[in-house]
Amino acid sequence: MTKQQLNAPSQTPKRKAIALISGGLDSMLATRLIMAQGIHVEGINFFTGFCVEGHTHAIRKRDQDKQKRNNALWVAEQLGIKLHIVDIVEEYKSIVINPQHGYGANLNPCLDCKIFMVKKAMAWLEEHEFDFIITGEVIGQRPKSQRAVTMPIVAKRSGAFDRLLRPLCAQNLPETLPEREGWVDRSQLFAWSGRSRKPQMALAEKFGIKEYAQPAGGCCFLTDENYASKLQDLWQARGKRDYELDDVMLLKVGRHIRPAPTFKLIVGREEGENNYLQGYRRQFTHLKTVSHGGPLTLLDGEASAQDLDLAARITARFSSGREAQEVIVRIVTKEGSEWETAVAPMPASEIPQEWYV
Amino acid sequence: MSENTVAACHELNARRLLCPMPVIRVQNKVKDLSPGDELKVICTDPGVKQDIPAWCRINGHEVLSITEDKHEGDIIVVLRVGG
Repeated sequence: MTKQQLNAPSQTPKRKAIALISGGLDSMLATRLIMAQGIHVEGINFFTGFCVEGHTHAIRKRDQDKQKRNNALWVAEQLGIKLHIVDIVEEYKSIVINPQHGYGANLNPCLDCKIFMVKKAMAWLEEHEFDFIITGEVIGQRPKSQRAVTMPIVAKRSGAFDRLLRPLCAQNLPETLPEREGWVDRSQLFAWSGRSRKPQMALAEKFGIKEYAQPAGGCCFLTDENYASKLQDLWQARGKRDYELDDVMLLKVGRHIRPAPTFKLIVGREEGENNYLQGYRRQFTHLKTVSHGGPLTLLDGEASAQDLDLAARITARFSSGREAQEVIVRIVTKEGSEWETAVAPMPASEIPQEWYV
Repeated sequence: MSENTVAACHELNARRLLCPMPVIRVQNKVKDLSPGDELKVICTDPGVKQDIPAWCRINGHEVLSITEDKHEGDIIVVLRVGG
């Protein structure tokens, strides 16, 4: 080799991968494995509006001492990689409202969601001239989206095809482009399957990863039965399957009580929630106890004078004057009219259980 | 940055947004700024005290200050865009 050849820059460009980072352990390990093979990796994280990431913790005062870190950012920092957070709230609506592959146990469109996210990652890859995509998927880990039969569906329908590499179960799947081209060594990848977390924990220990998020019940509110029930109620009441980001956020806050098909009450459960609901008071008719400490209540829908009286009695029921003969409640309509009314708090036993959404 | 260059100061209103939305807004705003520019972000979600500095660290930007206006309930993060 001549001196000139020795000084010439390497002819082989460093390969680049974009990793879907959820903030959990699996995507963290998959990324770490590929980084160990000398690949330049950057992370991508999608915000759908339904992510279980500190939102409710940030709202509720009793949770304000809890750590409110964003797990995806934290993982990226631990790995020493860049993270690109992408707002997909608007585009994601069609996935939630009309999933081609159906829902899981609740309103979770997991398979469509995975296809959509890999498709978005593929678009990012093309725009930024990266070479392949990594996910932390493991065959059999999730009942809806991570099964042997769904792996090729995600690869095909996302348009990623053989540019999609799942390092944790790669040896159970056909060779992908980065393996075939020798960018990554397939023998250093894994053949994991099933729901056991033991292999993940063992590998985390090997990499010296001592701390990682373990979200109970997944990282998406759509897998939550109570949340899904509130979203179904919202669609039914509005007569159409649609939502805005504010709807998604408000479904996470307060007691939701529907005394009639035409209106629903969102009653703050504590100071933090009341403060959060304050931010919406110009968009909704709202009620607040004046004579006693109590919640802020938003009224979503259309209400008659009689309905407003009922809403005031329910608001009083959740105030410190619940045992009092009379509680003064201020009512402010979304049009700006404002007055005070004295009501008898509704006894808890008179609020039918089926009103609670 | 040369001595003759004056850094621009920009402001971003991220009130009422819950994390990670303030981070996304910062990320999108910073794309249009130049190295050395300063960005003042006004937020209400306490989560930004962790998330914006974390985002800055991994992307090479510098947080200059985080202050709280208890009266208004605002959290003000000032950062300098990295090169």
